[in-house]
Amino acid sequence: MSGTASFTEARPDSAARHTPHVRLNVEQASYAFSARKQAAPLFTLQATTFQAREREFVAILGPNASGKSTLLRLISGAIAPLSGRVELDGFETCHLDARTRAQRIAFVQQESPLVFPIRAGDYVLQGRHPHGRSLWFEKDEDFAIAESALAQVGAEHLRDRWMHEISGGEKQRVVLARALAQQPLVLLLDEPTLHLDIRAQIDLLCRLRHLADQHRYTVIEVTHDLGLAAEFADQIVLLHRGKCLRVGPPAAVYQRELLEEVFEVPLEVESGPDGRPRVLVQGRREKT
Amino acid sequence: MKPLTLRRVLWSCALLTAVLFAIVLLALRLGAVPFSFADLGQNLWWLASGHPEKISTDFRLIMVDIRLPRILLGIVVGAALSVAGASFQALLRNPLADPYVLGVSSGAALGAILALLVAPALPLMTPLAAFLGAAATIAVVYFLGRRQGQLDSGMLLLAGIVTASFLSATIMFLMTTLASRDLRGIAFWLMGDLSISLPHGLLWILMGGFFAAAGAILTTASDLNVLLAGEREAMHLGVDVTRVKLVVYVSASVLTGLAVSVSGAIGYVGLLVPHVMRMLFGSDYRLLIPTSALGGAIAIVVADTLARTIIAPTELPVGAMTAMAGAPVFIYLLRRRLA
Repeated sequence: MSGTASFTEARPDSAARHTPHVRLNVEQASYAFSARKQAAPLFTLQATTFQAREREFVAILGPNASGKSTLLRLISGAIAPLSGRVELDGFETCHLDARTRAQRIAFVQQESPLVFPIRAGDYVLQGRHPHGRSLWFEKDEDFAIAESALAQVGAEHLRDRWMHEISGGEKQRVVLARALAQQPLVLLLDEPTLHLDIRAQIDLLCRLRHLADQHRYTVIEVTHDLGLAAEFADQIVLLHRGKCLRVGPPAAVYQRELLEEVFEVPLEVESGPDGRPRVLVQGRREKT
Repeated sequence: MKPLTLRRVLWSCALLTAVLFAIVLLALRLGAVPFSFADLGQNLWWLASGHPEKISTDFRLIMVDIRLPRILLGIVVGAALSVAGASFQALLRNPLADPYVLGVSSGAALGAILALLVAPALPLMTPLAAFLGAAATIAVVYFLGRRQGQLDSGMLLLAGIVTASFLSATIMFLMTTLASRDLRGIAFWLMGDLSISLPHGLLWILMGGFFAAAGAILTTASDLNVLLAGEREAMHLGVDVTRVKLVVYVSASVLTGLAVSVSGAIGYVGLLVPHVMRMLFGSDYRLLIPTSALGGAIAIVVADTLARTIIAPTELPVGAMTAMAGAPVFIYLLRRRLA
């Protein structure tokens, strides 16, 4: 994968291939958050349904406090749904034990604070943790996997650098490499492009797209960026105030009235040359 | 990547064991009554090879009955405090965590004093009460140190300091109102002191407790590496966070309780030693736990030897030595690291 070249590259139409089986099945999953057990919920995520297959890139979109991160945590199995189910290859994710879950689902968090300095190589090696036993030492195989994970994100040269000394874009690539070292089926990312400059954003999304296309990962990201989500995702899950409004390919979800209502800004949607919608956001003008 | 292998762990430990051995020999020799190395070697050989009848009376009185048990006690206490410190640093994800700073040592001391006041005749009550005191204190500090459900580094240290001073005040209150005993003795003990003479059986119990608790922490070492990145992070990397936290919490409280019940609140060892070991050997807990244990033993034996020789025949409490040496060294290390 070379840099940003494939950004505009035509992708094989996913419908033309044979349809792969449904890997992730989110069925009427809901969740409620409350401060105390008996208190009224502060936030609810209403029943949400969608499915994701292998090679598929799903973007969860919505304004702040719309339930995006909650949905991602539900998928990860970190929290159990109040009703409905989240299944990965037929197993409910919240019932898997932590080790098995980590072998199948990798989660890239928004920020990963570090208490003690660590080198990028050792950081990626942590991705092998779910595949080891309690008191264990990494085998040659684990080093090889960590090494190739770094290579997959184009970060071999960062191996011996300290994590706190590399740039935000490089760091995010190393974090992604650690997720790949887990050898999961599903990659979950919570706003992976936050704090990155535009070049690093495109670079990261191209890599994710490539991972989905070539390595059969199911990629699910939470994002704020309407434009980039339309450009890279196969499927959009649109959330608004804890309610799942629309699920479908970008062209079906990106409708002007719908997006204006959800994001509360005037915007225009036009169709790009490859059939993917483009969003033009206008500044909110003072009414005179 | 420099791979961490069992071989590297064993070599590092062997190196530190050799250093510890040399320090112990030196510590045995130094003191109010000096012995030559030849004499020392000869007598130790007799002791080790099962000919205790050949040992001179002088040697028996000073070495076997006083210096050797004291050094052994120092080794166990130092190892326990350092492993506890390293564990608290991972458990609370705070590089400044230490049994003393967090008030855990004060909690253990309060427990021990209560046991002494209530049931002075039962020898095992003191370590048990010290463990309970340590466990209760860390639970309190843990809950006080949270802000909006998240552990907050500043809040945690503040909670530790406040808890420690509250507990110290309670100890003072108990001592002045209830204790008719030798006050200087208790004050000395509170500063951290190894001159207590233990019944032989208790030393073995201490060692057993140390190996059990440190061993339990060692089994979670690779989980602790991941836990340092945060609890959610660790969970997504396959760590059974609740179990690991419980094991480490109980074990580290046992270690602190054991150490404090026999030697009082010796500060800074649990903070400094793991940091020095991180700088020397890296921050992987699979290596850090055993090297911290040995490093802590070395540190305490050195500090205690200094404490009993620099103004001999008068003795300083070892805790005063560790604090006097520890605080400046820590500042130096911290600044050098930032530079």
